[in-house]
Amino acid sequence: MTAINPNTPKKDSSPILSVRDLKVHFAIPGKGLFAPDRQLKAVDGVNFDLYPGETLGVVGESGCGKSTLGRAILQLIAPTEGKVAWLGKDIVGAPHREMQPLRRDLQIIFQDPLASLNPRMTIGEIIAEPLVTHKPELGKEEIKARVKRMMARVGLLPQMINRYPHEFSGGQCQRIGIARAMILEPKLIVCDEPVSALDVSIQAQIVNLLQELQREFDLSLIFISHDLSIVRHICHRIMVLYLGNVMELADRDSIYAAPKHPYTKALISAVPIPDPEIERNKERIVLTGDLPSPLSPPSGCVFRTRCPFAKDQCARETPKLEHVSSNQEVACHFHESI
Amino acid sequence: MTTNHILTVENLTTSFQTPDGKVEAVNNVNFALDPGETLGVVGESGSGKTQIFMSIMGLLAKNGASTGSVRYKDTEILNLPPRELNKIRGVSMSMIFQDPMTSLNPYLKISKQMTEVLVEHRGMSEGEALNRAIAMLDRVGIPGAAQRVHMYPHEFSGGMRQRVMIAMALLCDPEVLIADEPTTALDVTVQAQILDLLRDLQKDFNTATVMITHDLGVVAGLCDRVMVMYGGRVVETGSVRDIYYDSHHPYTEGLLKSMPRIDHANEESLFAIPGQPPNLQNLPTGCAYQARCGYVTDRCSAERPVLKSFDQGRASACFREDGK
Repeated sequence: MTAINPNTPKKDSSPILSVRDLKVHFAIPGKGLFAPDRQLKAVDGVNFDLYPGETLGVVGESGCGKSTLGRAILQLIAPTEGKVAWLGKDIVGAPHREMQPLRRDLQIIFQDPLASLNPRMTIGEIIAEPLVTHKPELGKEEIKARVKRMMARVGLLPQMINRYPHEFSGGQCQRIGIARAMILEPKLIVCDEPVSALDVSIQAQIVNLLQELQREFDLSLIFISHDLSIVRHICHRIMVLYLGNVMELADRDSIYAAPKHPYTKALISAVPIPDPEIERNKERIVLTGDLPSPLSPPSGCVFRTRCPFAKDQCARETPKLEHVSSNQEVACHFHESI
Repeated sequence: MTTNHILTVENLTTSFQTPDGKVEAVNNVNFALDPGETLGVVGESGSGKTQIFMSIMGLLAKNGASTGSVRYKDTEILNLPPRELNKIRGVSMSMIFQDPMTSLNPYLKISKQMTEVLVEHRGMSEGEALNRAIAMLDRVGIPGAAQRVHMYPHEFSGGMRQRVMIAMALLCDPEVLIADEPTTALDVTVQAQILDLLRDLQKDFNTATVMITHDLGVVAGLCDRVMVMYGGRVVETGSVRDIYYDSHHPYTEGLLKSMPRIDHANEESLFAIPGQPPNLQNLPTGCAYQARCGYVTDRCSAERPVLKSFDQGRASACFREDGK
């Protein structure tokens, strides 16, 4: 086995992506006929930098805004406020004609591998589509050759080029999705729960493939997932989201060895470990209740209603994301005492 | 075999007639469940883990049929007519499903759905039944149970719906509870709550529980015994410690190795079982796992290894056992 994660991210170079105070708010119709619209703050002020070759994990429970964040970065959903600087240039609100050439470098892989493939196109057509759109100068033979090369690279038999998506299993469909995202050799791929719908034995195959591609092409990845075990394996840095707010942002080793935010602690302790001795004897922080409605988030710290350590101050003041060390930031008033 | 098993399954085979021919989803499965025991049934999609229990509960799709024997205590229950089966299922044996929204009736209030079974099976009055339903909702941790019992399923969150399902399943004090991926659709923090609840309830009610899941972490925390399924057959059984610390079947070993772990950093690439899960319509002769197995020999494609017992209560279906 070869060593993976040899600290590939080039932190000394400038970030390829800088996100500043990114907000995505949706207007939800009010409850009565003439009631004013309500604001759903799906993403509420997110900041981070992403370096070449780096994988940033975005974790949180359903409804925390992690997918919305991924799409807002790619301008698939228009952000309400904030900046997304791609290679130093803000792309929020960029017109289609400016955005189009950038999309070569910005790709996405979706959770449901079959639903994200057009059932009426052959997989050759699916994988070739970005090439046809972005590199119209290429001839048919060249496109076909590139598609076949990419199919072989992601572990699909090139002779299957004329088959349709329904003829493939979930894991193979995900490989098709990866081939489609990789065909333009992008610089950034947003992976939105890429392995959640796959069987355990297939998950490992896809995770390994993504890591190999990352090393080979010096890719940056934003890896959106609710599975903290996989995130630990694949990511260099991890962002924990709760109701659209960043609770903690730290490098992998810091966050798993010493999580500072009570939500991060609870999330990590809630993941079942496949080892009976450890699983039965580990310390657990079980949160009470469910995620509050994002339409009426709690005042102050959004996590306080489920936080076992909440005090009065938490209801009054929203904690800011603060550095506790050079590579760990936490948004909690009491991170030092808990 | 002693006869104090609560559920005894022998030679259970379930097949489906499909336009492409007959598919055997469950093949010659044998096991027994003791009172108060928790059995984990592990496997990937299509391994047959759910269909075993759909067969037992008489819930197979129309094109499915089962042979073999399933005894609840001493009563044969496989292929009983629904009217007879209803005396046992939902009363002595209950099942909860992965997706609580699709297993609750969206048109009926929780109170109606919960009291029905008590009035029908226990002969309670509506009032008595309602009180029992409220008590049970309270027991599974639903705040304000007395008010919330009159709500509709859509008014509950995913985790709360699963609590309602568990409360419903436990209403008649069943001796066997079958949980089919009960936490797969839930967030991890809510999953932790539900698993804690199941652990508590097991202590309180001493219900024999079957946990059908693909999550080896969930099994590690909850189960006494584990049954690993592959391609419609049991490939390995043993106590939870045996399976996790001394697995014998290459598939079990591969599954455990391929899980990324949250409790330690791994700088190497994950171990991945190569290839795809088998197509049940087109199983190879010999071992179903041969194409993905690192220990494969010529014998594996010529004959199928039978489930071979060894030590105490352990069995594995692999020719490697012969050499040991």
